Amino acid sequence: MNIRRSSNGFAFLVLLTGLVMVIVFNLTGIASAQPKLKVGILHIGSIADAGYNQAHAEGAQVMKKNLPSVELIEVENVPEGADAERVMENMIRQGAQLVIPASFGYLDPALRVAKKYPDVKFVHPGGYKLAPNLGTYWASTPEAFYLMGVAAGKTTKTNKLGYVVALPISFFLANVNAFHLGAQSVNPKVETRVVFTGTFLDPGKEATAANALLDQGVDVVGVIVDSPITVVQAAEKRGAFSVGYHYIGVQKFAPKGWISGIAFTWGELYTRFAKQVMDGTWKSEALLGDLSSDYLTIAPFGPGVPSAGVELVNAKKKEFISGKLNVFQGPIKDNKGVERVKAGEAFPIAALGKMDWLVEGVMGQAK
Amino acid sequence: MVGSSLQGLLSGSIIAGTPLLYATLGEVMGERAGIVNLGLEGVMLMGAVVGFSTTVKTGNPALGVLAAALAGALFNMIFGFLVIERRANQLASGLALMFCGVGLSALLGAPYIGSQIKGLNEIRIPILSDLPVAGATLFHYDILVYLVIPIAILIWWALFYTRWGLSLRAVGEKPTAAFAAGKHPYRLQYQALFIAGLLGGIAGAHLSLAVANTWAEWMTAGRGFVAVALVIFSKWHPLRAIAGALLFGGAIALQLQMQARGVPVSPFLLDMLPYLLSLGVLAVWGGARRHAAPASLGQVFRGTE
Repeated sequence: MNIRRSSNGFAFLVLLTGLVMVIVFNLTGIASAQPKLKVGILHIGSIADAGYNQAHAEGAQVMKKNLPSVELIEVENVPEGADAERVMENMIRQGAQLVIPASFGYLDPALRVAKKYPDVKFVHPGGYKLAPNLGTYWASTPEAFYLMGVAAGKTTKTNKLGYVVALPISFFLANVNAFHLGAQSVNPKVETRVVFTGTFLDPGKEATAANALLDQGVDVVGVIVDSPITVVQAAEKRGAFSVGYHYIGVQKFAPKGWISGIAFTWGELYTRFAKQVMDGTWKSEALLGDLSSDYLTIAPFGPGVPSAGVELVNAKKKEFISGKLNVFQGPIKDNKGVERVKAGEAFPIAALGKMDWLVEGVMGQAK
Repeated sequence: MVGSSLQGLLSGSIIAGTPLLYATLGEVMGERAGIVNLGLEGVMLMGAVVGFSTTVKTGNPALGVLAAALAGALFNMIFGFLVIERRANQLASGLALMFCGVGLSALLGAPYIGSQIKGLNEIRIPILSDLPVAGATLFHYDILVYLVIPIAILIWWALFYTRWGLSLRAVGEKPTAAFAAGKHPYRLQYQALFIAGLLGGIAGAHLSLAVANTWAEWMTAGRGFVAVALVIFSKWHPLRAIAGALLFGGAIALQLQMQARGVPVSPFLLDMLPYLLSLGVLAVWGGARRHAAPASLGQVFRGTE
């Protein structure tokens, strides 16, 4: 009895010392180190898809590397809707002060959660709505696609380019149009063929679509689906060239035929967001970057691109940044022969969401 | 130009149709023994993921195919246990198996997304591959494409020209009669489901190791259900399944080829082509009842009590 009581007393002592140590350690921790920031990020798919999701995930990793005081809570494969709301609330309960719902479809769930937790900041990619504590960010891609077209137009041997695209939605049509206009600007004989797969993820169908294009003599294949791996590999296997999108590291899937790619490099932007939240300067805004932004990058060129092509891309990139060049500069006709942009005018970038036609020279059906 | 398009269409149909045909042949086998398996989609996914991960680990796609076949067969045994041992409803168990396969394959496959593999090699047949027109398309495929027709013939022979096949079909038609004739309905059904699982696994492996060379979640994208429909389409006959799979694969390839050729038809409409075609053919063939479903399809043999 006596022994037990004394051992209990000992345990109590140990516990007390431990508790005091934890408190002291924590206090000194708060006093000395920078304030910690917990950042929650949600992904719609796998972060190893070499596509959309991996670009966001690597951005978060760069932020963490830049700011050691940042702690990351990362969740993959979160369905859009109520599940996304639950995951965000869970992150906030764990102490997240900045949440990145990294998919277009998370917009409405994020707005609902943002209303509930006005002290937590949210940044959402590509949205069109703002809230006092929810900002949006994206980069305008047609200029970059135009540059890819320039590189492709200089590289192609058959003068036939192709694109495998998930769905004929306006922003994708604008990208394909820009790509073709870029190619045409350096190679008037070029034509671009588009195949829509009708889905963002069906590797079997994507491979069949890429092969259908290659069967028509296409020797440069670009891709706008969730993960570019299948299409880029299919082109490589048949000795054709390829153009990537979203993630910067696609080249390893097509070392020979790689031309280049449009890549989102979110790291520095995420670092700025985190810093702003930490020092209290963050404010809700709609950021739309362009080629001059550090988060829209032209990926390294592959061995098949002639050096004249690389130089042209770099020169035109400068012209875009200085405002000398405009992708949708009239006159532009669509592939049904209808005039869409008059001579001397330019299609406003703000209206890209309404683009429902393909330019002359593109073989494909916009609807 | 037209020639190369035709070749493209043909090779596209063959490649898109091969996984469908493996899956359909497996389902024919199971349904001939009286069991409908709506979980085929899940079986295919298990094959796709196990085949892909094995290939990543070993660098050997042949081992991948083997592992995929075994994984499919073992996974199908869960279904067998449910519907044979526990006498559960086949449709409900099949759907449960499907969702289980979707989830489990996603879990198993997560570490392998974005992995690079060298898929199944194309095999050229020496003289035939050099033939000018047909040669360019018909004879440069992976081994699974070459094997699928012989396997279809083998299954046809096994089902219709062996005692084992006779017993199996008897179980599908009237299990009590088969039982009275001294056959083991349960054992035969397990055997049929094991073979169906092997073939379903191979179907998935062909998708991940030969067609796409990638693993992605739910990459079968409904092909398992298409295969179940193709069984009805082919009237439970392994040889007619060849035509069905080729036709459906052809419709997929055709719509993509038409887009690549710039045919001025809406992509939304073209995307419906495979399904419109199925509806059309079913409408035309639907009247003939001579080779209808096995009589006891979907019913549970309750022994002789």
